[in-house]
Amino acid sequence: MSLKGRKQKFSIFRGEGENTSLEEYDLELDEGMVVLDCVHRIQHEQEPDLAVRWNCKAGKCGSCSAEINGKPRLMCMTRMGEVIEEMEEGTSLEIRPMASFPHVKDLVTDVSFNYEVAQRIKPINGPSSMDWEFNQMEADRVQHFRECIECFLCVNTCHVLRDHGKFDEFAGPRNLVRLAQYEMHPLDQEDRIPEIKNEFGVEYCNITRCCTEVCPAGIQITDDAIIPLKERVVDRYYDPVMRIWRKITGKKVRM
Amino acid sequence: MTESYQTHEYDVVVIGAGGAGLRAAIEASRNGAKTAIITKSLLGKAHTVMAEGGCAASLQNADPRDGWKVHFHDTMKGSKWLADWRMAEIHAKEAPDRVRELEQWGAVFDRTDKQLINQRNFGGHTFPRLAHVGDSTGLEIIRTLQERGIHEGIDIFMEYTVRHLTKSGDRVTGCVAYTRVEGSFHAFSAKTVILATGGITRCWSVCSGSWEYTGDGHALALWAGAELRDMEFVQFHPTGMVWPPSVRGILVTEGVRGEGGRLTNNENKRFMFDYVPEMFMGDHAETIEEADQWVEEVVSGKLATVRRPPELLTRDVVAKAIKAEVEAGRGSPHGGAFLDISHRGEEAIKKKLPSMYHQFMELAEVDITKDPMEVGPTAHYVMGGIRVNASTQETTVPGLYACGEAASGLHGANRLGGNSLSDLITFGKRAGEYAAKSSKSLEQPILDESEIQSAIKQMLSPLENQNGENPGQIYDEMRDMMQQKVGIIRQKDELEEAIEELNSFKQRAMKSSSGTSRTYNSGWHQALDLRNMVDVSVACTLAALTREESRGGHTRQDMPEPEDDYWGKHINIIWMENDEVKIRQEEVEPMSGELQSVIAEVKDMIAKRAEEQGGSA
Repeated sequence: MSLKGRKQKFSIFRGEGENTSLEEYDLELDEGMVVLDCVHRIQHEQEPDLAVRWNCKAGKCGSCSAEINGKPRLMCMTRMGEVIEEMEEGTSLEIRPMASFPHVKDLVTDVSFNYEVAQRIKPINGPSSMDWEFNQMEADRVQHFRECIECFLCVNTCHVLRDHGKFDEFAGPRNLVRLAQYEMHPLDQEDRIPEIKNEFGVEYCNITRCCTEVCPAGIQITDDAIIPLKERVVDRYYDPVMRIWRKITGKKVRM
Repeated sequence: MTESYQTHEYDVVVIGAGGAGLRAAIEASRNGAKTAIITKSLLGKAHTVMAEGGCAASLQNADPRDGWKVHFHDTMKGSKWLADWRMAEIHAKEAPDRVRELEQWGAVFDRTDKQLINQRNFGGHTFPRLAHVGDSTGLEIIRTLQERGIHEGIDIFMEYTVRHLTKSGDRVTGCVAYTRVEGSFHAFSAKTVILATGGITRCWSVCSGSWEYTGDGHALALWAGAELRDMEFVQFHPTGMVWPPSVRGILVTEGVRGEGGRLTNNENKRFMFDYVPEMFMGDHAETIEEADQWVEEVVSGKLATVRRPPELLTRDVVAKAIKAEVEAGRGSPHGGAFLDISHRGEEAIKKKLPSMYHQFMELAEVDITKDPMEVGPTAHYVMGGIRVNASTQETTVPGLYACGEAASGLHGANRLGGNSLSDLITFGKRAGEYAAKSSKSLEQPILDESEIQSAIKQMLSPLENQNGENPGQIYDEMRDMMQQKVGIIRQKDELEEAIEELNSFKQRAMKSSSGTSRTYNSGWHQALDLRNMVDVSVACTLAALTREESRGGHTRQDMPEPEDDYWGKHINIIWMENDEVKIRQEEVEPMSGELQSVIAEVKDMIAKRAEEQGGSA
């Protein structure tokens, strides 16, 4: 779809504290624009104090997360042509901040929850010698998790947090991916299962896969990270055969 | 009226939380210093995430013939012999251990068949040398350092912007910052301060940099009386996206060419064969067959027996070649060149270049497993920066250190791809170590109240201006001007005009207004950023005007050839006096005898190799 010269209305969530509302803006579009370009144009031409986080504008830093027409997405990777095609002629494109986090101003929210949880996760604990040896197949499993750009769209979408507010009990999908990345690292020696169960609350997830659906990095959060972590918890705490085996051998069980 | 502010006391304050800043803070903390990091963004969002291709270190995993001597030679040659050879030596020797250390901190690099860190080829590197993770190596490195850093007892101040370095006599004693979220003020007393603020490429409208690349550290250093060097040398990366307009400038990794990508013009000709400069004659393939054989050998994990494709010449050479092709009317439909990797097949492309695949698919609707990309030069990196001592990274102002892109010396006139990520971790570590050690013998500085108040007053001025322009407008216009007049090809009259225009941009920036709110006011932040951008742009333009020749990342249309007698041996030094940017030249110190023989030894090896590989070196 050619965008050049096309007029488009935007409703952007503005304000802070109690004082917030959707404000309307009109913009003339250019070829190939993404939503973030439009927000910047509004900023540069109409509203200098419009608050928006962004860094790379290339889908690599995960700063410009928002809810675009109700869908959690990165503004820099959402093409206007694509959004307009899904909209009725003449309607406004709506941009709101992520709803699950405390609001700061306009499109900016306070995402510090994610950093606080990350702080509680023990760092990798591998051999002290240099030149770690493992093969590409082992690397693949972990590298997939490390593609996370920390946009926190998964956390924003997860209904354990969004609807039930279990911020104290549940680590959220992003940090479960981090735990999976360590847990499945071929050379990590740390026993993480007890805290994955207790402190980070993996059992709260009931596998609706909403997080996976919104992940801009295409990480299979539910199937590759959360479900295997759940299985490891089950094996440790609820499998009688494994429990006896551990008692006999004294070994930590790894799948 | 005095503004209230909060005070903090540290041994070491690191400004910037990209690869260099995080590595510096980790080392400072490990050396027993009470350490803080101040970052403009959230943790893990710094520009390092955008580094794609890899991190250069002679690990000898992919080719045992590599070693620090060859890496040292390649870096010096790539720099057109203007790099600080002491830094190049330290970098080549220490980078391998810095990379291995990242692995111990959780980085998961791509592997060789022998289960070690794999390495890929890049322009200007004689052997496959870049440790990498697909095409998102920077993300891997920043995440690793972030995940290590938060367990090192470092205090992290996110979304704080530093606007002023405090001094007592000659010595730096701390800094003053505002918070982006609330607009409150903070004074940091610090025994030593490390600038790790990255680069300046937001000064150009076609750039690969994030919003943070507004030259904060360069400007803070200038304002504090420190010297910069090499500011004319700006790397225009040959391959940025050119279409659609909104993505113009976004980086296309050199890894595409490292993996065998072919550059062609609209006559379907692989034009790079026509652009091999004299200094690289004989060490690149002369026929398409030879180039293709090299790719075939290298991607199947064999040691290359023939010479590499000319697409892998250094970045300055390839960028200028693309520009020349476009100007000769042989460009792609949107004014670039074609870069084709489709011959490698879908599986290999998705494995080795996954984010390139997505980037083109999602932003340009181009499937790179089937069709060529359109690419053209984009402002990517500044070789110039704050002048530092090679081993300690201390600047010319006592107590002030710099590392990473904000510092200078390692890359001279042109940086090799992959040498930036290794620069960050090698010299980040050194800056942290020496800043921490020197802080041990120092008393906690007491900051001067009036200095803090005057810094705050300056920060508040854009909020007090009435009816000024929107800073965003000035920002856009200034970047367009820099692109036009201080871009990849420069000439005297345009550079002179640019200096005049920058002065008027400065006046406009000082009068701009951004609304009155202090809470996350993007316009306010931008109005302040503009002040650094102007001074840093003047530094770059003045150095470009002074260097009357063409070399590496500095090309003059009116003087297109290198001039070796004077400019081959001199660098530009920039400093500021009474609000005015000044310039002088210094002669490059001759390389030590020992390192001269290292260079001779490597040159000899490369010549022999080229001969064996069927060349006529």
